[in-house]
Amino acid sequence: MNSWRRALQGLPLIVAVLALWELVSLTGWVNPKVLPPPHAVAARWWEYLAPPQPYDPEAGSRLAWLLSGELVQDAAGSLYRVLAGFVVGTVLAVPTGLLMGTSSRIYGLCNPLLQILRPIPPIAYIPLSILWFGLGNPPAIFLIAIGAFFPVLMNTIAGVRSVDGIFLRAAQNLGAGRLTIFRRVILPASMPYVLTGMRVGIGTAFIVVIVAEMIAVNNGLGFRILEAREYFWSDKIIAGMLSIGLIGLAIDQGMSLLNNHLLRWHRGLEH
Amino acid sequence: MPAILIERVSKAFSTSKARVTALENIGLEIPAGQFVCLLGPSGCGKSTLLNAVAGFARPDAGRILVNDVPVTGPSPERGMVFQEYALFPWMTVAQNVAFGLEVKRLPKAAVQARVDELLHMLKLSEFAERYPKELSGGMRQRVAIARVLALDSPILLMDEPFGALDALTRRSLQDELLRLWSELGKTVLFVTHSIEESIFLADRIVVMTYRPGTVKRDLLVDLPRPRDPAAPEFNRLKRELSELVAQEQNRHEADERLALTTD
Repeated sequence: MNSWRRALQGLPLIVAVLALWELVSLTGWVNPKVLPPPHAVAARWWEYLAPPQPYDPEAGSRLAWLLSGELVQDAAGSLYRVLAGFVVGTVLAVPTGLLMGTSSRIYGLCNPLLQILRPIPPIAYIPLSILWFGLGNPPAIFLIAIGAFFPVLMNTIAGVRSVDGIFLRAAQNLGAGRLTIFRRVILPASMPYVLTGMRVGIGTAFIVVIVAEMIAVNNGLGFRILEAREYFWSDKIIAGMLSIGLIGLAIDQGMSLLNNHLLRWHRGLEH
Repeated sequence: MPAILIERVSKAFSTSKARVTALENIGLEIPAGQFVCLLGPSGCGKSTLLNAVAGFARPDAGRILVNDVPVTGPSPERGMVFQEYALFPWMTVAQNVAFGLEVKRLPKAAVQARVDELLHMLKLSEFAERYPKELSGGMRQRVAIARVLALDSPILLMDEPFGALDALTRRSLQDELLRLWSELGKTVLFVTHSIEESIFLADRIVVMTYRPGTVKRDLLVDLPRPRDPAAPEFNRLKRELSELVAQEQNRHEADERLALTTD
């Protein structure tokens, strides 16, 4: 309830920006080809979202028809890539981070190499990813996995290293062996950091997917706004950008809800 | 055979500035069932000694025997209660208490029964499904005590367990601890810097010196229980101990000033 009220607090500014934008276009101060008015964007957005054909019971179910719009197809394509890349990146990063966090020898071995690789932006891997994987989903998923990998890894290492020594001593005192301590103490104690890393990681993945789609594939939200530029459809570009923003927001909110649920034991958490 | 035998134990730490002798040639013999308080100002090595008995830190010299067996590491034979509670915040109260039993691989039903019994014993039954962050300090320490009692260890080590609690909560937990101790007959080694707490609780008080930590005075408290902190004998003992502890506290403060000037 509270978060809805907080969201509503921002409504006046959103309305004001839309009104000003509409005014600027109506009075002809800017060329509508360059900056189309909000109502044109809204109309184009609807066209982008709505099913292209009228409903035909012969062709399939009503749900399939509802989801046949271009925007829905693009969003599904983008989300699929984000999810696949994020899962690959996280599945590699979490165990690596747990190992590096618990063993200083493994940390010493891996850290220099990772520190060299980490500053390379995922976008810099684009040429190589196309050489290695060609076009289509594989290079996109590769880039997204790299984007998600480092935030999850760094946070997992920090999480394991921040585990309070008193928990380890208490567990030892209660008779726990190394495996039990790892599974029942280190793992849950570092979970707040790991989940923070995952939230940052999926955000990065969503940035990378848009870039990857501009280069390697021919559907998805990133591809669509670049395609719209070819035809000078600035209204569709803006509609696509706003869709990206809203989906990004939804992903982040979903991650935040998941974190709050998994970390309901955590100190200093707002309910 | 004493429950705990501490023989000529020494332990030093290296800090960035100096080498600190925390314990020097300490010897103590604690019979089974005795309630012993280690009393002294901060820096007198009382926690260091307790950690050595717990097995968290090895002494540099000397040895510690528990029921004739040398201490080589932490063990559920010597349950520890920490000042900071050290409850696992991701586990509910019941899960915290069950931890030691699950580690022992007891069958599920037995774990459940024992947890229920302990929660009842410490008046925690209605908090079973709560997380530690939802509880007050006093309730958290009750959970920590229940978690350690679950181990059924003959020896209970307590490191200023009530140091962070307000006076009323502290007194109620002291009463509770004495009740459990007389019911369960455990050997208790209890670290505190509160003179009153030590007189209220202990059979025997060991006053420790500030660096290097040695035994300054080892005395038996033969006041009948429950003890009345307002009684004249209680206060006579309190005055005597205050003087001893104050001497060590003064040495502690002088040492701190010296460290500042030599910086």
